[in-house]
Amino acid sequence: MAFVNDVIDRLRCVLSAGALLASTEELKPYECDALTLYRQLPLAVALPADEAEVAAVLRACAQARVPVIARGAGTGLSGGATPRPDAVVMSLARLNRIISIDPLARTARVQPGVRNLAISEAAAPHGLYYAPDPSSQIACTIGGNVAENSGGVHCLKYGLTVHNLLALRVVSIEGEVLEIGSHALDAPGYDLLALLTGSEGLLAVVSEVTVRLIPRPQCARVVLAVFDSLAAAGQAVADVIAAGIVPAGLEMMDRSTIAAVEPFVHAGYPLDAEAVLLCECDGTAHEVEEEILRVEAVLSRAGARECRVSRDEAQRLRFWAGRKAAFPAMGAISPDYYCMDGSIPRQRLASVLQAIREMEGKYGLRCSNVFHAGDGNLHPLILFDSSIADEVARAEAFGGEILELCVREGGSITGEHGVGLEKINHMCVQFGSAELEAFHAVKSAFDPHGLLNPGKAVPTLHRCAEFGRLHVRGGNVPHPELPRF
Amino acid sequence: MSELQSLQERIRAAAAATQPLRIRGGGSKDFYGRALAGELLDVSALSGITHCEPTELVISARAGTPLAVLERELSAHDQMLGFEPPRFEGRATIGGAVASGLSGPRRAYCGAVRDFVLGVEMLDGRGQLLRFGGKVIKNVAGFDVSRLMAGSLGTLGLLTEITVKTVPRPRAECTLRFEMDQERALESMARWATRALPLSATAWHDGALYVRLSGADAAVRVGREVLGGEVISDAEQFWDSIREQRLPFFAAAQELWRVSLPSHSPELPIPGPAMIEWGGSLRWLPGPQDSGTLRELAARFGGHATLYRARVNPPEGTFQPLLPAMLLLHKRLKAVFDPQGILNRGRIYPAL
Ligand SMILES: Cc1cc2nc3c(=O)[nH]c(=O)nc-3n(C[C@H](O)[C@H](O)[C@H](O)COP(=O)(O)OP(=O)(O)OC[C@H]3O[C@@H](n4cnc5c(N)ncnc54)[C@H](O)[C@@H]3O)c2cc1C
Repeated sequence: MAFVNDVIDRLRCVLSAGALLASTEELKPYECDALTLYRQLPLAVALPADEAEVAAVLRACAQARVPVIARGAGTGLSGGATPRPDAVVMSLARLNRIISIDPLARTARVQPGVRNLAISEAAAPHGLYYAPDPSSQIACTIGGNVAENSGGVHCLKYGLTVHNLLALRVVSIEGEVLEIGSHALDAPGYDLLALLTGSEGLLAVVSEVTVRLIPRPQCARVVLAVFDSLAAAGQAVADVIAAGIVPAGLEMMDRSTIAAVEPFVHAGYPLDAEAVLLCECDGTAHEVEEEILRVEAVLSRAGARECRVSRDEAQRLRFWAGRKAAFPAMGAISPDYYCMDGSIPRQRLASVLQAIREMEGKYGLRCSNVFHAGDGNLHPLILFDSSIADEVARAEAFGGEILELCVREGGSITGEHGVGLEKINHMCVQFGSAELEAFHAVKSAFDPHGLLNPGKAVPTLHRCAEFGRLHVRGGNVPHPELPRF
Repeated sequence: MSELQSLQERIRAAAAATQPLRIRGGGSKDFYGRALAGELLDVSALSGITHCEPTELVISARAGTPLAVLERELSAHDQMLGFEPPRFEGRATIGGAVASGLSGPRRAYCGAVRDFVLGVEMLDGRGQLLRFGGKVIKNVAGFDVSRLMAGSLGTLGLLTEITVKTVPRPRAECTLRFEMDQERALESMARWATRALPLSATAWHDGALYVRLSGADAAVRVGREVLGGEVISDAEQFWDSIREQRLPFFAAAQELWRVSLPSHSPELPIPGPAMIEWGGSLRWLPGPQDSGTLRELAARFGGHATLYRARVNPPEGTFQPLLPAMLLLHKRLKAVFDPQGILNRGRIYPAL
């Protein structure tokens, strides 16, 4: 206990008054991220105000060998920012300044606690914006986006976070500031910018981010396509890509999602449809017109019973409103829901959606699908009620089976939400022990004592042995001749 | 024994004997990076497309597959490599393209090699076969080691198979030429890039700015109307001569410096000819140059300078030196993947 008090005292010294929280009621808001299944109070919460304080906090914790968990807005869905009782949570929320916007270089330099949407708002007067747009963009921070390599509806055309970064400043666990990447298009040495993006706070703490801005397209229109079969809608997505069209966004909602959102938003989705696709085209007015025609042709050929094209901006937003309201709407129809995040080749959408359907029976739980179809990034929402005995366990088992299916189909256990605590066991399915050891070694190269967000993202081999799951290599499972779902 | 197994055996034996190895695909980039001692490890027999799913915009190939083979397959499906890597007389392989991290004219508008890498299979310096990333567009499980491999010049592992994202070939394309000096060209490229125009390449050389527009017919047509300029007829050849560095400017230079800068950095105060690409982010200068002065200048603008092509192992080093803390991190990463330090030892920096 003595050392604990020491660290807290030391942190109080390096932070300004009120920037160290240690009482139970002060710690409570930090007990979980948006994956609320996992809750835990940390030792303390540090609220540094600038990079120097970030470095001082890290130095103090490193000296005392106390783990540090970086936290942005806590909207993560995989438990990446879940505290542990022996760790200090370091919130970057106070580093929320947009340092500069350079319209001619098309860059924004921002502190890590700046909200994703705030960057686009600040760039708007110059006709520019920051493209990656997670649905949580009004709340999530750019630091969290970097740590998760977050995606969004428009990442199909404009890339993920990793494609839209130029440079980072990061602070190592020893409190040393490193400049990663550069304002040029490359930097000497290894591509540490790529390595750090998506590293879930395990390698270093991001203290500044330079993002690329792009010109806002002159016009955007969306096609709403209605399907009578989930399989046809899944195939239609693959057909759009196969036709060489890379739309700005291509999202799918299934019947149960439509039923949940339509009463909320009155977007005009037909309640009897098995699936709705939203396909957005952007660019100049002529370009959009040309692309819309091609998209409509592909979708009709794929069996869409109806294609509606947004006539104006108000209608475009109304078409999207249902997609955007999907999460809150689920909250209204089910006491709890569990949002999964796996990715698969787009050719597999139809069969995987069908398999999920069949799992609903097996687990006795409903599952709605509303997701980034164009990227092959599934977000099955498993509906459950945590007050009913064993529903949590069933929901987790259901989710786990979906993830394993994704790996078998040649995909990944996470497309954009990260591994965190939630999917740590499933890492054992996707990777063999040699790769997992390499990940641990990479972590040690940055953080020799394992103090940055320990226990997340990469499982120990011991844990995998206990979990007892079979690693599936390159889609090859033992006994491939057996039916899998 | 398969080709892969024999490479694996070679690495294992070399690791046991601490015998340095020099990895080579088509040898088209032997000039790039510091010259190496060590036994030759030829990857060219590890060749062939292993997975081509045109409907997914994804292709996988063994590392020694010539880019030409890959591109031929892709063009049959109206697709291409978005990063337009140099093919260097057809000798370049996909493994070498990824390991060197060199991208072509489209880089500033479409992305770099690393932006298209989805997954790699590799042999580390112990001869272990490792797989990172995969064949899907979105995948954030584990650290992104596959992108880390792009540009690591074989110092972290021998790439054996690579999966990249491909892009549909643009439906229309057109290149415009404008007579203007360097200062105005830099200013124009920066200004045009802030507008919603379908730019796909820019280059300035010898008093003329070239701008390529690619995309939907309508977008290219409108872009042309907005920008003006004179449409050039041999556009494909022109961009190839830049991509393959066949322009007389490149051939004439004994030494060639590649200066990477924030796009809107001003004209460098260095007399003599220059060639600019990537909206101003990439500036080529013929050598010899005073490396200290040039690197200091580049660093002042926030960039760096590479002695891209030179006589063997110049004392000033090929790449801009790293700060001590960064170099330490690089050494630790090298030790993760190649603890004996046998793979392309010293190709980037003597310490790696
Ligand atoms: C309703 C809803 C919708 C969502 N939609 C999407 C979506 O469309 N696409 C998508 O990709 N995600 C989505 N998410 C998930 C989440 O918003 C993203 O993962 C987001 O990037 C997390 O940002 P944050 O600031 O909340 O980070 P947190 O949740 O606070 O932290 C996330 C991880 O990042 C680390 N971290 C945070 N800041 C730093 C830093 N400065 N340095 C180092 N590590 C750091 C943490 O340790 C943790 O591991 C959604 C979440 C919700 C609740």
